[in-house]
Amino acid sequence: MTISREEVRHLALLVRLGLSEDDVLRFSGQLSHILESFEILNEVDTSHVAPTANSIGIESVMREDEPKPCLAVEDVLANAPSRENTFFKVRPVLE
Amino acid sequence: MTYETVIGLEVHAQLLTRSKMYCACAADYAAAAPNTRVCPVCLGLPGALPVINKRAIEFVMMTALALNCTIPEHTKFDRKNYPYPDLMKGYQISQYDAPIGINGWLAIDVNGEEKRIGINRVHMEEDVAKLLHRTTPLGESSTLIDVNRSGVPLMEIVSEPDVRSAEEARQYLIKLRSILQYLGVSTGNMEEGSFRCDANVSIRPAGSEEYMTKVEVKNMNSFKSVYRALEYEAARQRKVASEGGRLVQETRGWLEDKGVTQSQRSKEHAHDYRYFPEPDLPPLVLSRTWVTKTEAGLPELPDSRRNRFMSEYGLPLYDARLLTNSKSLADYYEATIQMCMEKPDLRKAKTICNWLLGDFARLLNLEDIEVQESKVSPAQLDEFVGLIDKDVISGPASKKVFEEMFKTGKPPGEIAKEQGLTQIGDASAIEEVVRQVIASNAQAVIDFKAGKEQAAKFLVGQVMKATRGRANPQMVGEILQRELEGE
Repeated sequence: MTISREEVRHLALLVRLGLSEDDVLRFSGQLSHILESFEILNEVDTSHVAPTANSIGIESVMREDEPKPCLAVEDVLANAPSRENTFFKVRPVLE
Repeated sequence: MTYETVIGLEVHAQLLTRSKMYCACAADYAAAAPNTRVCPVCLGLPGALPVINKRAIEFVMMTALALNCTIPEHTKFDRKNYPYPDLMKGYQISQYDAPIGINGWLAIDVNGEEKRIGINRVHMEEDVAKLLHRTTPLGESSTLIDVNRSGVPLMEIVSEPDVRSAEEARQYLIKLRSILQYLGVSTGNMEEGSFRCDANVSIRPAGSEEYMTKVEVKNMNSFKSVYRALEYEAARQRKVASEGGRLVQETRGWLEDKGVTQSQRSKEHAHDYRYFPEPDLPPLVLSRTWVTKTEAGLPELPDSRRNRFMSEYGLPLYDARLLTNSKSLADYYEATIQMCMEKPDLRKAKTICNWLLGDFARLLNLEDIEVQESKVSPAQLDEFVGLIDKDVISGPASKKVFEEMFKTGKPPGEIAKEQGLTQIGDASAIEEVVRQVIASNAQAVIDFKAGKEQAAKFLVGQVMKATRGRANPQMVGEILQRELEGE
């Protein structure tokens, strides 16, 4: 299975990555190779195994609805590129 | 060609849990200073692990059961990926192909007939951060982010495309909100954004079973704007179709002040969410014991309460529905009834209902408050209705007493005495006023004797005016009749 350069550009747009044409070419090859490796798994007969999205064998982990202390606001904003009062401040976005 | 409107509704409701959905931050974001209800999980820091809030799952299960849904035993969570600054992780933890509730229905009333609107699914997800877009006086634009709301539990309820008009949509939303309030799982407050609605609208030739191009309508912030937006959009689509135009699948935003929907050209591929199972949350098994226990614990819901109001208090369907649509109104009604009804007194039950749905509701609307916030207690409403019942205050005076009671919270008996609004039930006092009125309205007396009905009404009115509405109207009628015939 190959991932075309067009598909790489589409993915890059979705995850907001700026890629050069060289990057697109390189990732197209690498991603295709990764998918090919996964295709080897398709050779295993799984007709008797129930489908699952999780292989660690635990289920239904929940907690009670009890609030616990949050981070101090200075810690929350420690990595903020820019701030105003206690808000994060970013470049303007409007849908 | 005749077209019919096809509408499907998506409702997002914030759940009334104490903590957030996937972390233990307090969920009371509205009252908190920006970014003070935040932890590594809702901030989307790498390596932070989410854990499911059990109460939130229970709330969604309660809702699904109240909406007659099936609860599958196996459910799981999925990542919905999209880049926007209100989403700290770059994805929302939602549910894609294994929701908590499926295949339910909700009953609404259409022209006196019960109509069932199908419920496609009820699932669990999380709210996003709040963005403030602003421009300084110097023209510098920026976006400010408050992460407090991020991760607050959000329940999504998706209807089947069974809704056929803006009015049906309004009925559906009123009923759904009422159910959530009865369950105590959400405030259902639309203006504050804890109950949001999007709609998918299309039209098709009447009688056709096919679904045509649908338009998603957003930005509707009240029941009224939902109604107006859907009326507008259905008419717009009919116009395009009848002029031979082509409808396109798009998202349109409702502009409240202009009264129109407007295309929101979203970027290409914007809806490529690349859902995949959430690796940080193991699958969730909803044990049959848990489901049965939850179902057994459901409170009385609007429809059964409405039926009980009809059978127990003898209320007509219309009144019973209006009262029970609002949990707070119905609670207040029953609190008042319990004050005065040791044995069923259906007449009094109806009088209380009339005041609650009439003048009381009007005054509450004017002040924009809930019945529980008013100064009138159920005990006072009971005393008030008792005063009318015992003829202490007359119909016309009762309105004044009620308004004063609403304004000041004083006991109605006291108000009636203070303002001289107690009814005059003393025959000799009324006789005196009647004689004065007869003496000073000679023409009306002649008209009356000539058989003019209007003249009698006029004379009664004059007596009521002279007594400032305090005379017992029935006695006035009788005495006037007697005096005129005696002349």
